[in-house]
Amino acid sequence: MNQQELNSRISEIKNKVTAIEQKADNRIYIPCEAGNSYAVCKFLFEDVGARFCTATGIDSDDCFEVLYHFSYDRTGCVITVKAFIRDRKNPAIESITPFLPAAEWIEREIHDVLGIDFINHPNLKRLILADDWPQGVYPLRKEVKK
Amino acid sequence: MSWKIWSLKKSPWVFHVNVGACNNCDIEIVNCLTPKFDIERFGIKLVGSPRHADALLVTGVGTRQAIIRLREVYRQTSKPCVVFLVGACPCGTGIFYNGYHVEGPVDKIIKEIDPNAIIAYVPGCPPKPEAIISGVVKALSAL
Amino acid sequence: MKKEVKKPVLAVGPFHPLQEEMEFFQLTLDGEKVTDIDVRLSYNHRGIEKISETLQFDQIPYLISRICGICSASHPLAYVQAVEELAGIKPPPRALYVRTIINELERIHSHLLWVGLGGHFIGYDTVFMWAWKYREPVLDLLEEITGNRNNYGNVRVGGCREDVPNELIPKILKELDEIEKKTEMLTKAVLDDPVLHARLKGVGILKKEDAIRYAVTGPTARGSGVDIDVRRDDPYAAYGELDWKVIVQQEGDVFAKAVVRLLETFESIKIVRQALKKLPDGPITAEVREIPPGEAVGHAEAPRGETFHYVRSDGGNRPIRHKVRAPSYVNVPSFKASCIGQDIADVTLTLAAVDPCYSCTERLAVVDRCNNITHTYETILQLSRQKTTKIMKELGVQGLKMEDLRIG
Repeated sequence: MNQQELNSRISEIKNKVTAIEQKADNRIYIPCEAGNSYAVCKFLFEDVGARFCTATGIDSDDCFEVLYHFSYDRTGCVITVKAFIRDRKNPAIESITPFLPAAEWIEREIHDVLGIDFINHPNLKRLILADDWPQGVYPLRKEVKK
Repeated sequence: MSWKIWSLKKSPWVFHVNVGACNNCDIEIVNCLTPKFDIERFGIKLVGSPRHADALLVTGVGTRQAIIRLREVYRQTSKPCVVFLVGACPCGTGIFYNGYHVEGPVDKIIKEIDPNAIIAYVPGCPPKPEAIISGVVKALSAL
Repeated sequence: MKKEVKKPVLAVGPFHPLQEEMEFFQLTLDGEKVTDIDVRLSYNHRGIEKISETLQFDQIPYLISRICGICSASHPLAYVQAVEELAGIKPPPRALYVRTIINELERIHSHLLWVGLGGHFIGYDTVFMWAWKYREPVLDLLEEITGNRNNYGNVRVGGCREDVPNELIPKILKELDEIEKKTEMLTKAVLDDPVLHARLKGVGILKKEDAIRYAVTGPTARGSGVDIDVRRDDPYAAYGELDWKVIVQQEGDVFAKAVVRLLETFESIKIVRQALKKLPDGPITAEVREIPPGEAVGHAEAPRGETFHYVRSDGGNRPIRHKVRAPSYVNVPSFKASCIGQDIADVTLTLAAVDPCYSCTERLAVVDRCNNITHTYETILQLSRQKTTKIMKELGVQGLKMEDLRIG
């Protein structure tokens, strides 16, 4: 589908998300609550046919964000789902690895460096931090300095 | 000069260890073997085990996970041996000095095991094959 | 209690830098076939994303070109594209062309590097020596333009650092002619060699649906029939103004991936020729003031696939978040799909076909649960080479020799 058709396809999920922001011709950002990110990502992968690029975990002072980046290669559009995790004490979000094996590593990495729990992840063990890295220290959290 | 040092100088067998490198230095080391540079004419040979090596070529910053293995490899290398730190990373961690997973520089780690270790520094990012060959030949001539 | 027996270390070749102890990939065997794989990253983890937050926007290209040696032009390019998108900066046309030229020269030497490595893994060391020898002129050209054989440091927010001097253009074109001749020879030799057909075809197949589920990119994807290429899909630099093809093969095996890389090298030569011809005059850098608050993504097609960067700013002179995703990060996990059920002798080749960072391929160990043996990398490499020799005997041919690789 072309960009116009893509835009109208994406608007099908507008009731699950906070907004659909078009920052440029080929850059769309979809903020939503963490509880809905699974459904939105599944929709983008299975229904829209977008390719999963990567995920970014961010420590944003009052919340955590997990950004899932997808690329719709036919039009070169990058669609970013911004999932907000409000609970800072026990941050958790549903893993998308069960339907998207490509996300396995990056969710493990975000778990290592930010301490976010990915519910239903099939293999949530340590990936990039050393075997002897102390438990409970999450290097990408703001409070951790070198 | 002991016969061990003499044989090291004549035809050093080197073992390459990567402790967290971006691969540039590793590839420049392998480039040294290709026809344009051809280090085999100096008798320098890359071997598959530290036990057979006279010298170590170390690349990389020394990440937390990798230095555990580096210590093992150094212990297994037959002595006397020369440790060549190839590239800016092992010489002093380079641009990664404030990384949370970086435990280098590598010479500090080697000296913790063996304060009398013979260490040669070949800086560059990456050092050109000419620089690596020059560094190795210079260091061995000085022994 | 399980007794681990290490097979004796076989001295391999005159050259390969091998690491005995650092297992990165652990494969489990059942008989002769691979049944499972476990991966442990961490050896190369340097915490680059966190270091990025301590650097200013214009210092970061130097850091990230050192993420990986052979994609060292693509990472900074993807990053500055993100920042330029964030700040609404448009680099001047000449800068876009210079970026294209540098990136395509990198692709040429990276693909030749891969061909050499592939040759090494199957025992064709003449191919290895030959491919790496003919890589050198490309590195020399890059050194003449940017000052370094690798880690060019040529890209900056708003444009480029070093220009391609017009006086150098005839020399670059002449070198490209030479490289094209050599690559033609090599391609013909690979496509015609019955031993390579027998050795590489049907090996390490990544099916199209797995390629999509693992979201692979680059030649790994295009070798499995997935028609994606960032240069065409979301054009950047000068790619939108030049005429070139995306190479796709359907079979998904190592042979298909080799063909993709070889044919792409020709396309890269084509792109550089056009870019040099159309190189517009003018400055190579635009003025950059502050980077406003906001967020943006940037991606580029590295030799291995898509590099993806995400940058968020709060208006200061450092990013508050910089996410880096190298292509091997999505390609390497697909090794699970393409390696299960493979023969142990084909394991290095299957992994190499994914083209991870060179050091990653070395850190391979295979655990044979039935016999309680751990095969080290050298043993697996020997098995791969022995399989090639066996095929040569069965076919009654010698396989590629140096004499075959001479221009007529």
